[in-house]
Formats: sequence, C-alpha cells, structure tokens
Amino acid sequence: MASDRVFGLVVLMVALAYIASATQIQTSFLSDPVGSKAFPIIIGSVAALCGLILIIRPDPDPSWPAKRTLMALMIAVVVLIAYAYLLKPLGFIIPTALTAAILSYQISPKIRPAAFAGVSLSVGLFVLFKFALGLGLVAFPKGIID
Amino acid sequence: MEIIDNLALGFSIALTPYTLMLSIIGCFLGTIIGALPGLGPSNGVAILIPITFTLGLDATAALVLMTSVYYGAMYGGRISSILLNIPGDEPALMTTLDGYPMAKNGKAGDALVLSGVASFVGAFLATIGLMLLAPLLARVAYVFGPAEYFALYLLAFMTLGGMSSNNQAKSALAACIGLGISMVGVDNSSGMSRFTGGSLHLMDGVDFLVAIVGLFAISEVFFFIESHGKSSSIGTKLGKVRIPWQAIFETKWTMLRSSLLGFIAGILPGAGASLGSFLAYMTEKAIAGEKGKFGTGVPKGIAAPEAGNNAAAGGALVPMLTLGIPGSGTTAVLLALLMTLNITPGPTLFTDKPEVVWGLIASLLIANFVLLLMNVPMVKVFVRILQVPAWVLLPGVTMVSFVGIYSLSSSYFDLLLMVGFGVLGFVLRKLDVPTVPVILGILLGGNMEDALRRAMVISDGDISYLFSSPISIGLWVMAIAGFVAPMFLREILKKPQRVPD
Repeated sequence: MASDRVFGLVVLMVALAYIASATQIQTSFLSDPVGSKAFPIIIGSVAALCGLILIIRPDPDPSWPAKRTLMALMIAVVVLIAYAYLLKPLGFIIPTALTAAILSYQISPKIRPAAFAGVSLSVGLFVLFKFALGLGLVAFPKGIID
Repeated sequence: MEIIDNLALGFSIALTPYTLMLSIIGCFLGTIIGALPGLGPSNGVAILIPITFTLGLDATAALVLMTSVYYGAMYGGRISSILLNIPGDEPALMTTLDGYPMAKNGKAGDALVLSGVASFVGAFLATIGLMLLAPLLARVAYVFGPAEYFALYLLAFMTLGGMSSNNQAKSALAACIGLGISMVGVDNSSGMSRFTGGSLHLMDGVDFLVAIVGLFAISEVFFFIESHGKSSSIGTKLGKVRIPWQAIFETKWTMLRSSLLGFIAGILPGAGASLGSFLAYMTEKAIAGEKGKFGTGVPKGIAAPEAGNNAAAGGALVPMLTLGIPGSGTTAVLLALLMTLNITPGPTLFTDKPEVVWGLIASLLIANFVLLLMNVPMVKVFVRILQVPAWVLLPGVTMVSFVGIYSLSSSYFDLLLMVGFGVLGFVLRKLDVPTVPVILGILLGGNMEDALRRAMVISDGDISYLFSSPISIGLWVMAIAGFVAPMFLREILKKPQRVPD
C-alpha cells in the first residue's frame, strides 16, 4: 500500500512540475494550432491523473530488498557511475576489471571467483571488441605505455 | 506473381555468402542469448544494436543479423524455460507450465526437440503470413493520414497495457513516462528546446538506445544482485536426445491452431507475443479439457505456447514494418534498430526499399531452417552454455552494454543516463509498472506529436477532425475497448503463475 502511495505522490509532483515547465516553453513566430506546449501538457495531465489513482487505489506492496541487499545495490550504482566517469581517462582495462569484479562480488560474494571474473571479462572483452570487431577502444591511459 | 518476384529479389540478397554467414552467426548468438537466464530477446537485441551500429554494417546486413538474433532468441528462450523453469522473457512463461514438469519427468530431451519443432512451425507459418499480409496492409496504410496515425499510436499504447500490467493506471503511466521523455530536446516544428534545463547534452534529446539498454539490460543486473544469483542451477537431467516423432505427429493440429492464433495476436498493435503464447496455451487447454492433463508435462502443453509465441513474433513484424507500430517489447527494439539505420518503417518502405523488406523476409525464412537444424542436434551445446554462472554473465552483460553505448557517442553523459534508466527500470519493475510502454513512448512520442500537430494544421485547429474518417473512428473505438476491456476481463485473463519446484 505505502509504496504505491509514495510512488503516486512522486509521480504527481513530477507531473505537475513537468506541466509547469511545459507552460514556460518558448514559442517561436512559426506556430501551428497545437504549438509546442499542448502535447507535453496533455501527457503531464494524464500522468498526474495516474498518480492520483495510485494514491487512491494502491496495489499491495512488493517485497523490497533487505537492508544488506539495498547496500549491495547502492554500491553497484555508485560503481557504475564511477565507471562511466573513469572509462575515458583511465582506458578500458583497469576500470572494467574493477567494475566487473565488484559487480560479480555483489552477485555472489566470493573474492577469488569475482577477481577472476573481473580480469578475464576485462581482457576477454577488450580483445573481442578491439581485434575481432574493430571498435576503437583504448586499453590504458595515455602516457603509461607510449 | 508479384510475391514470387519479390521473393526472388529477397533471396538474391539473402543468399549471398556474406549475408548467409551473418544470418548463421545471428541465429547462433540469438539462441545463446535466448537460452541464458536473465537475457531475453529484448535485452539481448538491445545490447547488440549499438555494437552492430559501430561495426558499420549496411542496412540490409545489420537487419539480417539482428532479425536472426531476434528469431534465435525466441527459439532459445524455451531452453531455460524447460530446463531451469526460468522464462527468458515474458512470452516464454507459458512454456514453463508444461515444459518444466516434462523435463522433471525425465523427458527433457523430448521437450526440447518438440518445442524446437513447434517453434519452427509457428515461425515458418508466421513468416509466410507476413509475406502475404504485409504488402496488403501496406497498401491500406497509404490512405492513413495524420489523424489515423494519431489514433493508431494511441491504440498501440492503450492495448499494450492490457497484457503487460495488472493495473491499467500503471501501464498508462508507463506510456506517459516514455512520451514525456521523448519530448526532451529540440522541438522539430518550432526549433525551440524543451525540457533540457539548459543542458547541452539534452539538446539532441534522450537517445532511445540508451534508454532501452538501461531499462532492459542494466535493470536486469540489479535484479540479479537482489537475488544474489540464486535459482540458476539446473534441476533436471538431459539424457540422450532423440526425436520424439510420435509426440510431434500428435501435436500437429495443436501447432497449426496455435500458430494461427499467435499470428493474429502478434498483428494486433501493442498486444504482441505474450498474448500469442497465452491465447494458444489457454485455447488448447480448453480444447483438451480435464483429460488433457495440461500442466503436468504433456506434449500439447509445450507445442501450443511455443508455436503461438514464435508465430506472434512473426506476426508482430507486420504492424512494425507496415505502420511503424511495434507489437511487443522486442519489436520495439527492432524498430529502434530500423530508426538507428535511418530506415523509416511504413507503407513507403515496401515501394521505396523493396530490397530491405524482401531481403529481410527471405532471411527470416532462411534463419528458420538454420535454427531448426541448429537447435535439434546442437541442443546439448546450448544447454552447456546455461551453466555459465550469473556472477560472470551479468557483469559481462553490463560491460557489453557500456562498451556499446560508449562507442556510439564517446560521452560519459550517455553512460550516466543509461545507469539512471537502469535504476528507473528496477524501481518500475518492482512496482509492477511495465517498462515496454516506456520504450514505446520514447520511440513513438515524437511521431505521435507530429501526427497530432499535422492533423490540426490540416483542420485548422478543429479537434473533431481526429474522428472524421471511418478508419480513425474504428481505431479510437478499438483503443478505448482495448484499454477498458482488461479491467473487466482481469479475472479471466489472470496469468497462470510459475510452476513451483
């Protein structure tokens, strides 16, 4: 019950904000009968209505993960975000090995297999992408080897 | 005979050694993707699109490769359904109902071969149906104006919800999320930016590939982390694989009926493969009655959903190619592929680019035979692949997704967006909000708005123009019926739950 109500409330807020920002869209001199605002406003209104329905008639709660699992999920998200930032400056091999190993550890908490998965995925995929498929990946950060 | 000429054109493209090779690679990859638990046709095809795109294949080659993967994944999905009781994707759920019990009875080999043959029959008949029906529908679609297209898009969103969630408000909301996201970026008609918050990264809008990979592939990784990779051990033994001629012969009518039902369900915009396998299974169950012992591992219970599922996969290509409206999650992904390749599906596709359409159809026919040949004798190879542990597989999927998206734009922003969509997908799926309408919304939002605006330009702002032709009235009625009906049919349409171990 509670999760759907919270979700409905969030949806309602976002939808109203969406409608509000839709009314601020700048219009140009080239305009048609509908204009740039109408369709987003319709979408926002339907979404707001759906949010209201969820608040009034929520479904039973799903089973949310326990605190420990939630932590694992948070770690995974943080690692993926860090990976997104580091992929360019640090080259492919090192960030990929670390990220894959950490994700693997989150799925099955055993250190050795996780380290193995990280290193082999990183090297294996690099060889596959770089040499078999010809994608332009950089293995290591510039300045270390050349 | 126009069809023969067209097919000849198609085969002249599809039978070149290069295309044939791509088709075989696609079938093989597809079966693996379908068989791996956690990867289904939609996310499998999704993570491969960016990579195919960066490889610089031409349109026909890329299309042949990806549709082979698509058909292959539909075939492969049955392997994990039968052996692990884990459906690779939504439509494969019905196959677990009789497939898993049959495997537990020690007839895993029979179940795999029978379902392979049923998949072949369904997919083959549907491809024939596609050949006959698509050109006709393309001719009808010529008379569609913006008002009709607007109604058609609406129909797709309204009917998609009926099967994909148990709560209509949630499926409508999912469509709104997608449509809302599609509005981000520069407005085509006025040239002004919308909802970018001043960010330059958002000026081009949200790339649908980023959204698809995030929602389908990255969110799956989170689900595996949540379950800690449990429930992926094979509980059944696969002995010697023989061809169960008798069971195949006994189920011939079941396969034919299910193929027809599945094909029709697949054609309905928005309904898709889940409905196909569901209807096929339920119909056969009703025909067989109590004595049929459905649910205990009977051959008919495997043949029906597999034929229905694969026929629906073929049927779903009809509205996708002729109207640009996908009928399921995977066809939505294929539509994304077409759009990436700068091919606009629609009636003009059949006249402007016959080589793409007929090359595709011919390669589907070829893929079917390749898959049958690959799946019956080589089923053991694919079963071995199932044993890849989740702690290698899922990090691998993530890395492939990252490389794919990164190679598209080389921007960290798209990667962040992808992770964001992964989190969104996890939360939505937890709350039983379907993700397919989100994808559909992102894909079709721009077109839907364009259709509305063009209709209003034609009528000079008169809203009644939207309901002025018989076709558009019919589409509006179907759309509303498709949205309202599931609320009342909920009890009848209640999905059977998975067989407990």
